[in-house]
Amino acid sequence: MSKRRIWAILRKEVREYRRNRSVIYGMAILPLVFAIQPLVAVLRLSTEASGGLAHEHVLLYMLGIPTLVPVFVAAYSVAGERQQGTLEPALTTPVRGDEFLIGKALAALLPSLVIAYLVFAVFVGIVEVKAAPNVAASVMQPMDLLAQLLFTPLLACWTVWVAIAISTRSNDVRVAQQLGVLASLPPVFVTVMIALNVIQPTPELAIGCGALLIVLDVFGWRLVSGLFDRERLISGSH
Amino acid sequence: MLDQVSAHEAAPAGQPGPALAVRGLSKRFGDRVAFQDLTFEIGRGEVFGFLGPNGAGKTTTVRTLGTLLAPTAGSATVAGFQLVPENAVEIRRRIAIMPETPGLYLKLTVVENLECFADLYEVADPGDRIAAALRAVNLADRSHDTCGTLSKGLRQRVALARALLSDPEVLFLDEPTAGLDPVAAREVHELIDGLRKQGVTIFLTTHRLEEAERLCDRVAILNTTLRTIGRPGELRDQLFAKSITVRTLNPLADPGQLFTGLKAVDSWRQAGTTGSYVLAVSDPSIAAPVATRALVAAGADVLSIAESHHSLEDVYLELIAEDPEASRTEA
Ligand SMILES: Nc1ncnc2c1ncn2[C@@H]1O[C@H](COP(=O)(O)OP(=O)(O)OP(=O)(O)O)[C@@H](O)[C@H]1O
Ligand SMILES: [Mg+2]
Repeated sequence: MSKRRIWAILRKEVREYRRNRSVIYGMAILPLVFAIQPLVAVLRLSTEASGGLAHEHVLLYMLGIPTLVPVFVAAYSVAGERQQGTLEPALTTPVRGDEFLIGKALAALLPSLVIAYLVFAVFVGIVEVKAAPNVAASVMQPMDLLAQLLFTPLLACWTVWVAIAISTRSNDVRVAQQLGVLASLPPVFVTVMIALNVIQPTPELAIGCGALLIVLDVFGWRLVSGLFDRERLISGSH
Repeated sequence: MLDQVSAHEAAPAGQPGPALAVRGLSKRFGDRVAFQDLTFEIGRGEVFGFLGPNGAGKTTTVRTLGTLLAPTAGSATVAGFQLVPENAVEIRRRIAIMPETPGLYLKLTVVENLECFADLYEVADPGDRIAAALRAVNLADRSHDTCGTLSKGLRQRVALARALLSDPEVLFLDEPTAGLDPVAAREVHELIDGLRKQGVTIFLTTHRLEEAERLCDRVAILNTTLRTIGRPGELRDQLFAKSITVRTLNPLADPGQLFTGLKAVDSWRQAGTTGSYVLAVSDPSIAAPVATRALVAAGADVLSIAESHHSLEDVYLELIAEDPEASRTEA
């Protein structure tokens, strides 16, 4: 595998997204949706009300960000190039399918991770400074912080593979993006259930979910790699 | 001999083996035959024209030889490598394809597009190569323009520069002058001439017959199956009997008596206008002076005697007209 070719794809993607308003807005608005509502809720709580928070895991809401943000870019990655007619020239170069896909995956994953951690850091900062003291303490549960850090890449990775898989089989970018959002809703649903304490978070559950996601991520990579078929990508548009 | 080149080894670089050798190659999409039973060889450094009407299978042939589509039958070697999936990367390293549509990243600048491809080809000294490619297509001054702002012809040139980046052994150009104005087309022609001088093998598909005639060492005419292959001049000679056209001021009194039995003249017929005659000849350089003397001796006022010229277009139309649909609907 050639690092230079992976880098070529990654750099090209990032350059394109930077100039694509719909991608930038999509990636910017979604995190706000996920961060603002819990932030407002937390800031409005008084110190006396902080007791109720002990059974909620507000921070985990924000796992929705790494789960959904990569969809826009990843679902666009192959279908978009096909729609624009840029796929054929790229595929006539010596680039291998895996290099092409890893470049595309990194281009979706890395900005999403940056955004997810950044929004999270801002959220934590604001809560620390602005929320009532007891409230801040109840929100910042160490296990939740750790879970947030570890699950962010695992969830983002899963979304990236699912969305790229959809993208390789789709002729239409919008359809791919919609299907991608649908496909990443189950993990969002699970995290919300945990955040609301409907599903009781335990260390065992965390380890189980982590292991499952690692398996799914590896499976996702295999799936996408298997779906990548030059002939189909070139001639499927007819 | 080609079959002895095993799947994983190529003839050493610079060896005289053909740049492309195709045997019985076919491609179908379900029931639709895109091209069938192609057999030809292209020598290193040759400029090979691939002519055919819309839907003849030109683009599909290029894609198949370029490892994008798998043939359904037959075999080929491309740049010394057997056309099999295991060799796809090695083949793609040695060829470049300029597709029918430029397929540029329109939000990126010209240089950014080329940078991406220089890295995909792992070109050494990408900066220098990009500058050289841009100079070759006369685009050095537009290198920082966003591709989306370029005209069609300029985009075509960027695509051409992109195909030159990797210094390919075999360059596939799929209708490189389609939609270009005459000046731009001529620039592309000059560029192709320049590449020929550097010894690049070029596989050129085109609808423009005068382009093929001007640029190509040999041409093939395709309409799902290969109709003919050869030097443009040879094809003319094969297909059309040689003839000379005689025009006189007044109709001849007895053309039959005058033309019959002349040396190197096989037969004659009256052409459309009065006082115009077409002689089928075995050798114009013998027949023309003989006919001239006979006409003068008969007191005819000769306006002109000329060898009839058939263009490649005549060859093309003749061959394509034979059975335009027959082979395409074969099951
Ligand atoms: N992916 C595909 N699926 C089904 N049929 C296809 C596909 N690609 C090409 N064809 C068919 O194969 C035939 C050859 O097409 P091709 O594009 O190679 O023609 P062409 O000679 O390049 O034509 P043009 O001069 O219009 O570019 C056509 O009948 C076309 O419809
Ligand atoms: Mg074509």
